[in-house]
Amino acid sequence: MRSQLVELIRVAVTSLPRDVEEALQRALEREENPLARLQLETILKNVAYARERRLPLCQDTGVPIFFVRGFGNLSKVEHEIKQAVREATQAVPLRPSIVDAITRKNTGDNTGEGMPVIHFEGGEEQSITFLAKGAGSENVSRAKMLPASEGVAGIKRFVVEIVRSAGAKPCPPVIVGVGIGGTLDLAAKLAKEALLQPLSQRNPREELSKLEEELLEEINALGIGAMGMGGSTTCLAVKVLASACHTASLPVAVNIQCWAYRWARLRRVDEEWVVEQ
Amino acid sequence: MKHELSTPVGREEVLKLRVGDVVYLSGVIVTARDRAHRRALELPKKEIPASFNVIYHCGPLVRKQDERWEVLSAGPTTSARMEPYLASLLEKFSTRLIIGKGGFSPAAKELFKKHTAAYLAFTGGAGALAAMAIKRVLAVHWLDLGIPEALWVLEVARFGPLVVAMDAHGGSVYQE
Repeated sequence: MRSQLVELIRVAVTSLPRDVEEALQRALEREENPLARLQLETILKNVAYARERRLPLCQDTGVPIFFVRGFGNLSKVEHEIKQAVREATQAVPLRPSIVDAITRKNTGDNTGEGMPVIHFEGGEEQSITFLAKGAGSENVSRAKMLPASEGVAGIKRFVVEIVRSAGAKPCPPVIVGVGIGGTLDLAAKLAKEALLQPLSQRNPREELSKLEEELLEEINALGIGAMGMGGSTTCLAVKVLASACHTASLPVAVNIQCWAYRWARLRRVDEEWVVEQ
Repeated sequence: MKHELSTPVGREEVLKLRVGDVVYLSGVIVTARDRAHRRALELPKKEIPASFNVIYHCGPLVRKQDERWEVLSAGPTTSARMEPYLASLLEKFSTRLIIGKGGFSPAAKELFKKHTAAYLAFTGGAGALAAMAIKRVLAVHWLDLGIPEALWVLEVARFGPLVVAMDAHGGSVYQE
């Protein structure tokens, strides 16, 4: 399993999912601002070059994050994943980006106390989803406990304000994950999980799919544009996930993802592990 | 307008750059992030091991092969993190060009004007393309800060397209 895990990491950091590349291509076709066009052209050129040469498309190979589903022996999977991150750091390679939170000393292999981030979930089907999350976009992500009475209007104001104040910092065009409900920590987890779906997939609940659409429109009206150079595409997609919550609470989290949306999934198909993107 | 520049970059050349212009840069640049900025501002100038004529906000992805460093991916990091050091940096080192992504706050416009310096943006995330323009690693200093935070002295050939995002005349491409 180790070598498939290393391959999972390699695919995620060297190749952009096709739907993201197509969304960037469409943004370029629509864009009229010449500086924003230059940014989108450079992005697409970089994606093609990195894929062809199997090079990490961005030097910030990010915080390694795994969503593990359907495994019985968790400590074994955890061990395999941690070892795979160490191996991939040499083999792909990845930039060593993980440091001790207090001394700031680099661990050198992208692991550490509680690192990589691993979320375990139940389920019939076995899969391991990997996301390489750069710091530029994670640093501008936010969670907040809104007054419950603010409702959907309050959620919209909060999300748009976070994207507006992030400006050019998270490498737009971005993808915005929104987690609503639960508790402070659950909303933050939902916002991250919301990112791990194909761009075109909408929330099946009508109110939430409408919210995704309205947020996308409002964010793109901000005019931040590719790399903050203006123009029509600030955001490629907004994805919302929601949980129930306490009657007195309205937790909301926004996880911003840069255009370099590097994720892939390892899935068990007919007794074999297959890397999918 | 398009400019082909070589390091060291002088005052006169910086004055010719206007917001929205595109630059291709050749010569020697040095990477510096938060921690390198802090150290560079603490140490006496004569103890700084590299020229700060052109600074690149970048923490490269590198590989060491046969005692030689190879840069595999080296796009820009978020420049806003280095804004607290900007005034002292320009004052102390007379840096002419800063390359990064995302820009600084509107307050920085005055600093670039006062010190005749400019901010050039490279496309964030385009690390593989940036590495293609890096011909070799001339030196690395302060590795004790960790690979991303060290000072990497790099020889580049036609590094770009770099967009003049903040110029020495008070102009900025970023929204207020």
